[in-house]
Amino acid sequence: MNLRKLVVTASLGAIALSALATVPAAAQQAKEQYFPVLVYRTGAYAPNGAPWANGYVDYLKLINAQGGINGVKLSFEECETGYATDRGVECYERLKGKNGGATTFQPLSTGITFALTEKAPKDKIPLITAGYGRSESSNGAVFTWNFPLLGTYWVGADVAIQYVAKQEGGVDKLKGKKIALVYHDSPYGKEPIPVLEELGKKHGFEVQLLPVAHPGVEQKATWLQIRQSRPDYVLLWGWGVMNLTALREAQATGYPRTKMLGIWWAGAEPDVRDVGEGAKGYSALTLQHGAEHNSKIVKDVLATLHAKGEGTGPKEEVGEVLYMRGLISSMLAVEGVRKAQERYGKGKVMTGEQVRWGLEHLDLDQKTLDAMGFAGVMRPVQTSCLDHMGSSWVRIQTWNGKKWEFLSPDWYQADDKTLRPMVMLASGKYAEEKKLSPRTPEECNK
Amino acid sequence: MGFFLETLIGGLMAGMLYALVALGFVLIFKASGVFNFAQGAMVLFAALAMARFAEWIPGWFGLEGSYLGTAAAFVVAGALMFVVAWLIERLVLRHLVNQEGATLLMATLGIAYVLEGIGSTMFGSSIYTIDVGMPKDPVFLFEGIFPGGLLINKEDFIAALIAAVLVGLLTLFFQKTTTGRALRAVADDHQAAQSIGIPLNRIWVIVWCVAGLVALVAGVIWGSKLGVQFSLSTVALRALPVVILGGLTSVPGAIIGGLIIGVGEKLSEVYLGPMVGGGIEIWFAYVLALVVLLFRPQGLFGEKIIDRV
Repeated sequence: MNLRKLVVTASLGAIALSALATVPAAAQQAKEQYFPVLVYRTGAYAPNGAPWANGYVDYLKLINAQGGINGVKLSFEECETGYATDRGVECYERLKGKNGGATTFQPLSTGITFALTEKAPKDKIPLITAGYGRSESSNGAVFTWNFPLLGTYWVGADVAIQYVAKQEGGVDKLKGKKIALVYHDSPYGKEPIPVLEELGKKHGFEVQLLPVAHPGVEQKATWLQIRQSRPDYVLLWGWGVMNLTALREAQATGYPRTKMLGIWWAGAEPDVRDVGEGAKGYSALTLQHGAEHNSKIVKDVLATLHAKGEGTGPKEEVGEVLYMRGLISSMLAVEGVRKAQERYGKGKVMTGEQVRWGLEHLDLDQKTLDAMGFAGVMRPVQTSCLDHMGSSWVRIQTWNGKKWEFLSPDWYQADDKTLRPMVMLASGKYAEEKKLSPRTPEECNK
Repeated sequence: MGFFLETLIGGLMAGMLYALVALGFVLIFKASGVFNFAQGAMVLFAALAMARFAEWIPGWFGLEGSYLGTAAAFVVAGALMFVVAWLIERLVLRHLVNQEGATLLMATLGIAYVLEGIGSTMFGSSIYTIDVGMPKDPVFLFEGIFPGGLLINKEDFIAALIAAVLVGLLTLFFQKTTTGRALRAVADDHQAAQSIGIPLNRIWVIVWCVAGLVALVAGVIWGSKLGVQFSLSTVALRALPVVILGGLTSVPGAIIGGLIIGVGEKLSEVYLGPMVGGGIEIWFAYVLALVVLLFRPQGLFGEKIIDRV
């Protein structure tokens, strides 16, 4: 055997061996449901992004520890976006086709969501944006791949005004009041403005708009304006360090924290812990859940993962607000897959298109949620082809100087009479701009 | 009138804090001709070190609840900044003597990323607290003259005082000490300074140590105000228009520039902001600085450089 023959034979042998080695791996890969996880564990928003990511990943690990979804194990891979839209899109492009294709994407950024809303329909990958993203995307007829599950910013704005009205003794008492919106000057922060202005016209209150530039570490001028105009309430629509700074400035200018109400992204431990007693009395909306250290699901995560050193992130943060937000976001995606398997075959890996069907047919009633360990954490979620939000329940939590607590057992629900026409109008405009034909109920039933 | 005064005073105090960060830029530029892009990262790194040592040291030595622990943390964080300064000189600057300014600028950009990365790896990326006993509640003066009184933020006031003292000390250091004069000589001409026996490497270590100390003080003050987290590194962006306006080579320029920028951005946000939708203070500071550059390219107090061609 001459040298040439030897090289050719050895090469062919190597190829054959590697093929033998990779076939089972590929087969195994195809048996796993792949979840790309867009996170931000670095940068200005890391203190808020990291606990969300920990909760998200821990739930996937928990499902794997429990045997997967009807036997289908979950694989996942994190990609760091730094909360930057360009990096988010880059992560999406890199991961969308890996390991047989992405199940869903959850970017945890309204800016990235805006960018991916154009891409998801082409790639047929559902985009879950639990508690953020485009508010009009709750209309599944137009936004066929967006799922702003549990609530949108318009829901938040409407409930915030309901809460203020309740504090004042009724909606009629809002007339002549002044409500300031201190918001992150980004697509996220601007989302509630149309609803607040609409409700302002309807109930006769004035809306004062005060944008804060990214990342929000300088707000002195904003709070001096608040001191001058003396609004009756301040709504805080911040993220990350902006919330902390707003509360510090409120303290420094003497604005009562009891008259401040934050959106659910301004109501977590990193937003208030450092201000401590200075933030006492500050309230925030919740996307149903608050800090849920005593829930069964948290106990399950601690016992199954963290007790064995397999958990993600610090053990003591398990159950905190943003950890729970990540965990619930993950659960919703998992339940979308589970539902899809009911139709397309239990124990099979689902495609993005099949997962979309599952997400459009979510039916998580209280009994199911309780059995899953979410008793006292969540209320039912029921989606449809046309309703991609599935629920609009909100509670109000208050910081007592040391921890978040629910002072009232009240649950609020967004007023559909106000929001539905706005959603239809905005989504119709989007469909017109993008030349989309909205799905009809008949198409939905196919 | 009361509101105008509040905005003005608030702007002056904010400006003093910007000046503190701007000083870091000026010090290094004055002594080495390097525009230190890593100043913001140094503030973050120093603040992270201070916050974590203030958490760890009392636990190690049983000093919980005592200001001794905080003081020890400050000393250890200061020592760490000196080590960082030495490493920067040893590993980066020593190899770049007499290189183009752009090369040195890019090197500091690299240092910034390294410091941010090492900082979060060593100390974590959550929000940490620095408690040096700064008062958080406001005080209201002249309530008889202005309705609601004149709001003074005690924390900002004390911070501005500390910044002013530090600025004064540094001015004395540069003007009155031998080392200060050597630093200025090095800044003017590396080769000429070396030819008369000024040890370039030692001078660079000294100036980076001083800049590290300034970063630590700025980090403690800003960290106490905002909490110690990644956004502290963006505080440097607030100081950029200050050095553009005041001039890169002038310590008094950093102070006056800081005050002008502080007042300018607050007044513009309050009085012009509502006309254009608000949120203008960050870019308005740069507009202000650029307008100055149109008339005085070297800044208000910078040295006019005349090159023979």
